[in-house]
Amino acid sequence: MTFQFNEETFRGDYTYFNSPAAVQRFPFPFDQDSYMYSVNIERHPGGPKGSPFEFAFDVDEHYVSEMKDREITLAEDPMRCQSLPHMELAGWDLLELIMVSKARDYPDLFTLTRDGNQWHWINKPLGIDKKFTFLDPTTLPCGPMEYITRQAQGDFALLHEREGNLWLDAGMITSQADWSLDFDVGMNFFEWHAPVPKARKMGVFDKALKFLLAVDQEQSYRRLNWTMTVNPRLDTSPENYHKWGPEKRTITPENVGAKQFLRVELQTFWRLPRSNALAFPIRCYLCSLQDLATVPKWGRRLHRVLRDIDPDLADYKGFAVNQETIVSYLSQFDDGAPTSAGIFPD
Amino acid sequence: MSMTEFSPSIESRPTYAPLTSHGAAPAIMVADAAGAAALADLAASDSSVMDKAHVVLVAPTAEGPSQIQSLRPLAVHVTPDLDAAGPMLKQLLGTARMGTQLFLAGSEGLMGHMSALATAEGLPLDAIQMEHRGTIARRMQCVHCKGITDNVTTDPFTCSHCGLTLFVRDHFSRRLGAFQGVCVDAETPGVVPDSVEIRP
Amino acid sequence: MNKLTLEVTETQQLSPLVKRFRFEHPDGSALPLFSGGAHITVEMPEGELIRRNSYSLVSDPYDGSGYEIAVRREDTGRGGSRYMHEKVSEGDLITVSAPKNLFQLDLRAKKHILIAGGIGITPFLSQLRQLDLAQAPFELHYAARSRKEAAGLAMLPEAAHIHIHISEEGKRMDLGEILDGQPLGTHVYTCGPDGLIKAVADQAARLNWPTSSVHSEAFTAPPPGEPFEVTIASTGQKVRVKADQSLLEALEAAGIEIDYSCRGGACGRCETSVTSCEGRILHHDHWLSDDERAEQTKIMPCMSRFKGTRLELDL
Ligand code: FES
Repeated sequence: MTFQFNEETFRGDYTYFNSPAAVQRFPFPFDQDSYMYSVNIERHPGGPKGSPFEFAFDVDEHYVSEMKDREITLAEDPMRCQSLPHMELAGWDLLELIMVSKARDYPDLFTLTRDGNQWHWINKPLGIDKKFTFLDPTTLPCGPMEYITRQAQGDFALLHEREGNLWLDAGMITSQADWSLDFDVGMNFFEWHAPVPKARKMGVFDKALKFLLAVDQEQSYRRLNWTMTVNPRLDTSPENYHKWGPEKRTITPENVGAKQFLRVELQTFWRLPRSNALAFPIRCYLCSLQDLATVPKWGRRLHRVLRDIDPDLADYKGFAVNQETIVSYLSQFDDGAPTSAGIFPD
Repeated sequence: MSMTEFSPSIESRPTYAPLTSHGAAPAIMVADAAGAAALADLAASDSSVMDKAHVVLVAPTAEGPSQIQSLRPLAVHVTPDLDAAGPMLKQLLGTARMGTQLFLAGSEGLMGHMSALATAEGLPLDAIQMEHRGTIARRMQCVHCKGITDNVTTDPFTCSHCGLTLFVRDHFSRRLGAFQGVCVDAETPGVVPDSVEIRP
Repeated sequence: MNKLTLEVTETQQLSPLVKRFRFEHPDGSALPLFSGGAHITVEMPEGELIRRNSYSLVSDPYDGSGYEIAVRREDTGRGGSRYMHEKVSEGDLITVSAPKNLFQLDLRAKKHILIAGGIGITPFLSQLRQLDLAQAPFELHYAARSRKEAAGLAMLPEAAHIHIHISEEGKRMDLGEILDGQPLGTHVYTCGPDGLIKAVADQAARLNWPTSSVHSEAFTAPPPGEPFEVTIASTGQKVRVKADQSLLEALEAAGIEIDYSCRGGACGRCETSVTSCEGRILHHDHWLSDDERAEQTKIMPCMSRFKGTRLELDL
């Protein structure tokens, strides 16, 4: 591995930072100069070497610090991780998927040795060396889903299929954009997404559900979603809204470049073998506007996208109050030159 | 008093329909003072619905129990409040068999609370019928402190546990049997809109 | 569609009409595991025709060393099962899809009741192992005409909660007795002939069971029929469907890609709009509702056929 793990925080003094290499590999979500809601789905894993799409579960310089931040969030609010009783098997499926993938893709960092159900897992970055019996929950300190997602970046939802619908019956959610696992656990796909404005009317979720139900084993997919966050904060939960909400109003023309972050979700979809459940990992990437603008193509494009966006969407994505400041800051990076197609830097 | 008509809302908000009889199937019925009238209407449509029915009355009116008694259910159980009705329902469900119908009638708080309990005991949602009667007050969960505030009739309202001012969402959790309340002045502390009566 | 090329490593005649096949990876590597009730789609190339039938996996879902299926020979079918019985032997290579599940257990159930008729026993064989491992309470009822025909007997373990009903021996299955008085949270699953599925659904309804607790798997191989022709709306191309071919197979042979999964009328994936229909669609699927059937504006090409002068598909 060519990176070092950052010492950084996602709250309080917010020392989070991206190295120049991390900026270059940031999953910039806009492939053209304007944004329209679309389902933009691709097969996963697969992508340029070094990109966050290359491997099933991307591990980057933020890994260790993100896991520490998750630990803090869970210590304050254990309800961010919940699994209804019938979801334990899906938890084991997820544990297997992540351990096998990480050991294969990052052999310097993770190793997995399996002898039947006797498993030996070594996670070097987090200093974990664990022998346990697969499918025997008494051999782990907590449930299988919690165990493995305390060692994997991003949020995780596990969906149970029944009655032609998908039910949000388990999850580890500590970096969510404005939804509460504790409130939503047990809901079906439409109930869970009910608060999203207009989407049901547009038929977006009918199509999305149809797509998800058709995701087969050995055939996984990804899509990118995005929003804006003030300060590099992972825990933008409704639970703590009254704590981080005021920070949203601290943007000024002077600090916007450093304080305003583009938040990108790399969502992937996996059909799990034993449980037939669907795993829905949601990996979050944060990059400040000033860092993004170091890639000339992205500076130009982000300016155009945020300037021309549908006002309803700006509202829904939660940056309408800061839109003017953001756009006027970004305008200095837009010389009007054309941009190349695709999301990667030139 | 008749069934309440609610305005159209989002997918997670429950809808209620008039109770309809499944004939003399085993049944458990839970109703508050206003909901008892829905049970009477149900029995009037088909008296056999009471043949194998256990009726749990929650804080009924003085005449409530005898009125229900006159419909000749298998048994009538009177409880002072929802907290006492919960264990009673659990007990009845514990010995119930497949095919048992659950009828809930009264406030949204009663229906939300009792249906959450019943589904947790393994009763499928489609074995539960609900008819709204009486108050439109809501049972709210504070997303911040997780406390439940019952009988909420204004928006915004004050969480009875943590004291934050919360706005009333239509987002409803069947597992908790409650609507969601979210801090109304999170971004601009102290800037709170005027409180209004909630609408059906 | 994710495909695996596997080697046939074992065949076994289980009854006069039913044969078991075992497939393994040629280099011995492990196959994807699956969940109880899953199936694979098997490709059967014959000349320029490729038939594809889906079969339930009957092996241990947690054992990746091989996949097993049991195929009943249907002599009046369009030839898929006959191909399996006559043309496939040990050592052959065969192409199959990754496992998919349209008949999974509801893992929330407090108790599971599995009801099989005839070859409908197959999806339950993998479910049994899953239930055993999960230590979930269940009972299985297997009905067959005669012991000789009951191919499942050779694959079923002997256990107190496994009940065999052989009608020839006067032990007919009594659905009322099976379903009555089950504890709250019980789910029932049926696989077998349409008549059995309907009988279980009717009995459950009589006992006021909620429909969400009643599951069935009815997918069967596509039936043969009279040849017919369809027109592709976008190109005007005409595609002929032979007697022993399904519409889906004919479209595939003509180079027209259609999304599919079960190939048995159960998953809904191949649903295709009809832009003009002069005649009658012979709906054989289990997906469209009665109203949708009557409208004749949709067809499931994996199962359904057509009789009439013109059928134009929105492709
Ligand atoms: S492929 Fe499943 S219904 Fe046609």
